[in-house]
Amino acid sequence: MKFKKKDEHTYELDVKGYVCPHPQLYTMKTLQKIKSGDVLEVIFDNPTSEESISALIEKDGHKVLEHTRNGVNFYYKIQKA
Amino acid sequence: MDVDPERKRKFWAYSILGLMIITSLWYYHLNPLYMYLVAYLWFGFTYGILMQYGRFCFASAWRDLIAIGVTRMFIGILIALATFSLVLAVLATKQMSTFHPGPLGPNELIGGLLFGIGMTLAGGCASGTLYKTGEGNGTSWLALFGIVFSQAIFVDYGGFFDTFLTGYAFKEPLITLSQYFPNLGPFKYVVGNSIINVIIPVIILIVLAYYIVARKGIMRRLMESKTASADGGVPKPTIGDDMKGIWLMITASKRTAIAGILLGIVSGIHVFTIQSLRYRDGINNFGQILWHLGFVNQVSSLHTVFDPGYWYITTQEAQFGAWVMEHLGINMRNNIFYGTMNGIPAPWHNPPLLMSIGIILGAATIALMNNEFKLKMPNRELAVWGLLGGIFMGIGARLAFGCNIGAFYIRVAGGDPGGWLFFAGMGAGALGGVKMFNWWTNRKLASDLADFDIDL
Repeated sequence: MKFKKKDEHTYELDVKGYVCPHPQLYTMKTLQKIKSGDVLEVIFDNPTSEESISALIEKDGHKVLEHTRNGVNFYYKIQKA
Repeated sequence: MDVDPERKRKFWAYSILGLMIITSLWYYHLNPLYMYLVAYLWFGFTYGILMQYGRFCFASAWRDLIAIGVTRMFIGILIALATFSLVLAVLATKQMSTFHPGPLGPNELIGGLLFGIGMTLAGGCASGTLYKTGEGNGTSWLALFGIVFSQAIFVDYGGFFDTFLTGYAFKEPLITLSQYFPNLGPFKYVVGNSIINVIIPVIILIVLAYYIVARKGIMRRLMESKTASADGGVPKPTIGDDMKGIWLMITASKRTAIAGILLGIVSGIHVFTIQSLRYRDGINNFGQILWHLGFVNQVSSLHTVFDPGYWYITTQEAQFGAWVMEHLGINMRNNIFYGTMNGIPAPWHNPPLLMSIGIILGAATIALMNNEFKLKMPNRELAVWGLLGGIFMGIGARLAFGCNIGAFYIRVAGGDPGGWLFFAGMGAGALGGVKMFNWWTNRKLASDLADFDIDL
């Protein structure tokens, strides 16, 4: 798991290689820790986590700024509500 | 020369499909009676496709509900369960069901508890582990290894499992709720097994999941849209809004809901097909065919092998473990589980094991087609979780006579209330596993986020 701060309000969480429940759990916990309005970019390659992370974002009312796939890698850019 | 990755993936997907077809024709060529094996293989392949498509994992059902408040998979398995129970009840009225209840006792709860811990640690239930194995997930391979050999050792070592069977489990009652409605004739299956044992509890669980977990988020979105269209004032949720909210929760993940319905239907067709083949061949267990063909050392002392007649996962994996260990020179037959009940057939003569292989191949095929296949070697942390989770799942499955499929999905759908005990145990185990993971991830995040301006 790699976590880095890209700029003042943007963070990146790279959980490639991790399987359930790690990607969704780390995403949720990181979103809980950053400030409202900050942006979290999540990169993962566990297909099952896509549905769970998508549901998590919708449930908590965060905003998806970008959602793409590059090969087997999934990418979410999320703005915290 | 560079090969187009998409063409490469499709080449492997079609190769698996080709292998499935050639294997099926080869079995038919060897003996038409082997179509029984082929049927299991192809139903496994179909389960694998549907589970990978729907990301259908029972571990995710409890874990995501508890850990992140997501109801998607919890609802998905309830949809599959309700669908399958109706199909199974109709089959039972026509004497086309292969279902048989299991011993009903607290071992279901204890087994479910251990299984629930294990599936949370491993990141997948017994069936989920198979489809994720097909996705190339190395953690699931280790979990599978743990499930296979923990069971084989647990039922053979020290005589504990024999004592458990003879002194306890064989004395437990075998119940299906249809037996309490003899006056209803053929409708007893629909009323007892499906409506009372499944449909009503499923509705209650959906309503509970909505009110306890999902309602807050769904209602916030619904009220936001209402505010936008109303002339000021704070709108209050109505019963109609809650009905709409429940529907939104059920349909939140269409692919999971679709997979749930299709899995329920395919599980029913599987039961129908196996029962039809049994009638055709005049058998009630594949061991009779193996005995008839001279493979007497592969069957139990009762001339049987494990042949449930429906979707199942763990017992055949225990048989595979025993088959490997026997080839390492260990006597695996001096116990009731293998010696008297299930035998140790060669993998190519083991109907449900071919189904498990089919699940892996089906999942691999659709994952390759959708560019979701990736060989992922686990790091040390994931390897420990995977192996440990597999061992917990294996022991839990033996104590409960099955896993999330055999001890829960099949049993409950068939009208056996014991499956709900396993489900409750699974939930409690998942809660324990999630608490442990919460501690672990908080600890990791605290160290990884320590350098940043974030409140920890």
